[in-house]
Amino acid sequence: MVGRVLAAAAVAGSLLALIPASASAGEGVASITGTLENIEGAVRTPVPGVMITVSLDGEPIGSAVSDEGGEWEVEVPGPGTYAVELDVSTLPEGVALTNPNRSVLPAVDVSEGQRKVVRFNLGPGTGSTVGTWARVWGLFMIGLKLGAIIALSSIGLSLIYGVTGLVNFAHGDLVTLGAMLAFLFSASPVGPEWHVLLATAPALIIAGGLGGLQEVALWRPLRQRRSGMISLIVISIGLSFVIRYLILVVFAGLPRPYRDYAVQAPIDFLGAPIVPKSLVVIVIAAAVLIAVGLFLMRTQMGTAMRAVSDNSDLAESSGIDVNRVILVTWIVGATLAALGGILLGVTEQVQWDMGAKLLLLIFSAVILGGLGTAFGAMIGGFVIGVTVEMSTLIVPIEFKTAIALGVLVVMLLVRPQGLLGVRERVG
Amino acid sequence: MDWSGILVESTRSAIGVPAAAYAISAVGLNLQFGYTGLLNFGHVGFMLVGAYGMAITVDLGGSMWLGLMVGMLLAVLLGLLIGIPTLRLRADYLAIVTIAVGEILRLVVRSRFAAPLTKGIFGIQRFAGEFFDLNPLPEGRYGIGNLRFDQRTMWVVIVGWVVAVGTTLLVRRLIRSPWGRVVRAIREDEDAARSLGKNVFAYKMQSLMLGGAIGALAGAYLAIDQQNVGPDTYIPLLTFYAFTVVIIGGPGTIWGPVVGSIVFWFLFEFLDELMTEALVAGWFGDVLGSTDVGPIRFALFGIGLMWLMAYRPAGLFGSREELLIDER
Amino acid sequence: MSAEAHLAGLNPEPGVAKPDPILVVEGVRRYFGGLHAVDVEHLEVQRGTITSLIGPNGAGKTTLFNVLSGFDQPQAGEWHLNGGPLVGIPSYRLARRGMVRTFQLTKSLARLTVLENAMVAARHPWGETLRGAVFGRWQDTEKANEQQARETLRRFNLEHVADDYAGSLSGGQRKLLEMARALMVGPEILMLDEPTAGVNPALTQALLGHITGLRDDGLTVVFVEHDMDVVQEISDWVVCMSEGRVIAEGPSDVLAHNPAVIDAYLGGHHGEVPG
Repeated sequence: MVGRVLAAAAVAGSLLALIPASASAGEGVASITGTLENIEGAVRTPVPGVMITVSLDGEPIGSAVSDEGGEWEVEVPGPGTYAVELDVSTLPEGVALTNPNRSVLPAVDVSEGQRKVVRFNLGPGTGSTVGTWARVWGLFMIGLKLGAIIALSSIGLSLIYGVTGLVNFAHGDLVTLGAMLAFLFSASPVGPEWHVLLATAPALIIAGGLGGLQEVALWRPLRQRRSGMISLIVISIGLSFVIRYLILVVFAGLPRPYRDYAVQAPIDFLGAPIVPKSLVVIVIAAAVLIAVGLFLMRTQMGTAMRAVSDNSDLAESSGIDVNRVILVTWIVGATLAALGGILLGVTEQVQWDMGAKLLLLIFSAVILGGLGTAFGAMIGGFVIGVTVEMSTLIVPIEFKTAIALGVLVVMLLVRPQGLLGVRERVG
Repeated sequence: MDWSGILVESTRSAIGVPAAAYAISAVGLNLQFGYTGLLNFGHVGFMLVGAYGMAITVDLGGSMWLGLMVGMLLAVLLGLLIGIPTLRLRADYLAIVTIAVGEILRLVVRSRFAAPLTKGIFGIQRFAGEFFDLNPLPEGRYGIGNLRFDQRTMWVVIVGWVVAVGTTLLVRRLIRSPWGRVVRAIREDEDAARSLGKNVFAYKMQSLMLGGAIGALAGAYLAIDQQNVGPDTYIPLLTFYAFTVVIIGGPGTIWGPVVGSIVFWFLFEFLDELMTEALVAGWFGDVLGSTDVGPIRFALFGIGLMWLMAYRPAGLFGSREELLIDER
Repeated sequence: MSAEAHLAGLNPEPGVAKPDPILVVEGVRRYFGGLHAVDVEHLEVQRGTITSLIGPNGAGKTTLFNVLSGFDQPQAGEWHLNGGPLVGIPSYRLARRGMVRTFQLTKSLARLTVLENAMVAARHPWGETLRGAVFGRWQDTEKANEQQARETLRRFNLEHVADDYAGSLSGGQRKLLEMARALMVGPEILMLDEPTAGVNPALTQALLGHITGLRDDGLTVVFVEHDMDVVQEISDWVVCMSEGRVIAEGPSDVLAHNPAVIDAYLGGHHGEVPG
């Protein structure tokens, strides 16, 4: 009951917010366009054959290749804020961006019916069109970063499934919640406006608390009423809507960044350009994951969690207080998800549905590693992250998520219990 | 507060095109989930396939009726494709796979790669001329009092409900047959059904494919009304609309989908109207704005779904007896 | 010749051949990890007899049932019903061939009525197909099946609850229903997994009466049982398993004094003293 009152406090989800993403019949009168020219002193040479991709809310919506005159144009479905990316691997030999870190223009505003002109400055390249090695390595690093975030966010889902048998479809929204809480304490004008690092503390505590509250007020009573697994899954869907749309009411639809670390210049890390915060994210996540691993293996509570996950009847008859273990699992899981959300927010931006978008990747990771095992979630997270990012070497960017989902489907066909899972649980 | 206005609009919603469409969609989902126990979280995928199958066929020069067949056939194929590897998995795994497949379909249809056929993010428009050519209604407004539809919408509404009732009657026929009895047995306990000599896999597959074909019909119907298909329409939210409709009306009941859809769309619109009026009348003061009405409505939808599943899993009007013996 | 007469004079050794075996099991092995759940060298079941399968908990009785009826896959071995090989055949096909089993934890189809439970077990080659359901004309077979179902229910004293939901039945009634249902499938051999577990003594007697009745009609019955009184009362033959292997078989009075059997129960890990 309390849980639902709390949930009732969270209400949001606007059809209106969905509209920019919905395809309306709009004839694409609006577009983004530009001319690519290699400028050496006073000489301007058009650069053909370069691919420009335009994205909206992280999903590619169109691309174009510059023609003989160096001109390119991408129609956009309507007014909005788009990201425009120049694919540096398509630059010809000897030509490069004058500022190699500006291959992406993240916020290009287009109004109704506008032909928006954007500029990429090209000049003679010092043979440093990002070479294949740098590109591969760079993508790998980005993959590790994404993977770290997915791993952190997935452990909770996997463990909660392990100890309670529930596939929590609201888990992605716990991720968003974490990022949102940190935003409240840092960049938001209604809060204390702390540095985002400091804001992490209360965010994690509150998130953990909400996780525990969810268990006590919602899931435990339902378990005691012997609600079936199918009912619980559908209930988690409902909960996900409640949390997500509540956040939308409070936060509104536009993505916003934290104030700290928002824009950083890339540094060279072993041959590839990478933003320092990505490296930090990887390090922090790795440290936390190791800590979680040690917790599970070395502490009494951790061992109890693994025991309950394996066989809760047996664990109970060995004297383990299963309900307490479940509570701790929820708190830990929610806290980790929140941390994942904060890190995601730091490396990208904070948005009402960021976690929901991550959910499918989380599922892929958890299925890959094995539903119910924390270590599986960790491995799965990294593998998915790296696979998703590095897949862009072979496959168009727009299929990134689809690749992860493909891994999920294949995994379920070939080895449903995942890499680390146990056979009997599945079918 | 304009109560009569609120009621009129809510009733309009309860009998209008989306209500008819979701009644049809729910008939299909009810067969899969309500009667067979399949947790198909990718139902929107079937709707997508039905709509796009039809639109692409027309775009390539075919007749709309051929397109409808194509859409439904594609749905059957999709069911086969999803079913073969996943029907042996447990319910929660099936849920995850189906939601993933639904999203994969949407992403593919949206992509530049498929754009030559699907027109990518822009989608396809104006393919339903043949449908509207059949409209026998002369120009005018039809209805009672303030609740009126123009002849175009009226036609779509009538056809929609005819199809909804028609598919319901088909499902009724099936469920009342020995085939239906086996399906219901499978829902209760698959192993028991196997021990009685029933090929559980085949029945689940048939249910999935048939339910999917009906879902495709719903998708095509919606697309006909809009004269538009676009990838971003077919998001998981639509699957959960259909689930809510099924649950409200009672999973595993014959008329549940139709009743559920009417009730759901009535309530959905009612909440919207109520909140908008309340906002205008200043009940919420400064705290909420007009853009918040939609989100709040969705969150209430979420709460409603949770409450339903916890307290009324057999539907708003579910039989007490069935509720008492529901061992799950 | 009665069942017992067929079995008289057989040497009570594990794996002994029977004069007219309906079921022959050879070299069936099922292990989990390092644990041998089932390791049966050779076992034959005489046609038209009641055979009990006994043994302490964890002996592998239910696992053997699962393997033989297709609900589990062995790592090795084969078995034949009336000479026809059954390896690799899915459970539902085995049921159709006459290998019908019930479950330890009764699986009543709760939201179907008792009559529907019985009728779903019957064969309905046209009505149970999708095309049949759509095009109709399955009413004749349905009527015949209903008649047969009601007769079977009457036999098991369930006719008066025919229109009640199976989920509203008592535990004992559910056991009876499961047996009635199994009968409707038309079995050649009926494998009952603990048919009297959790059933009160009066109902147990009724159940036993039904089982002997079925045997007298010519059906072969194999059932897992823990209660030695029950075993001694109705079994024509007893097979004792321990740690996955058949350690003894023979008439019930012979096995009660078999040292290996006594050892298995007393000295075993989860022994149950035969009583």
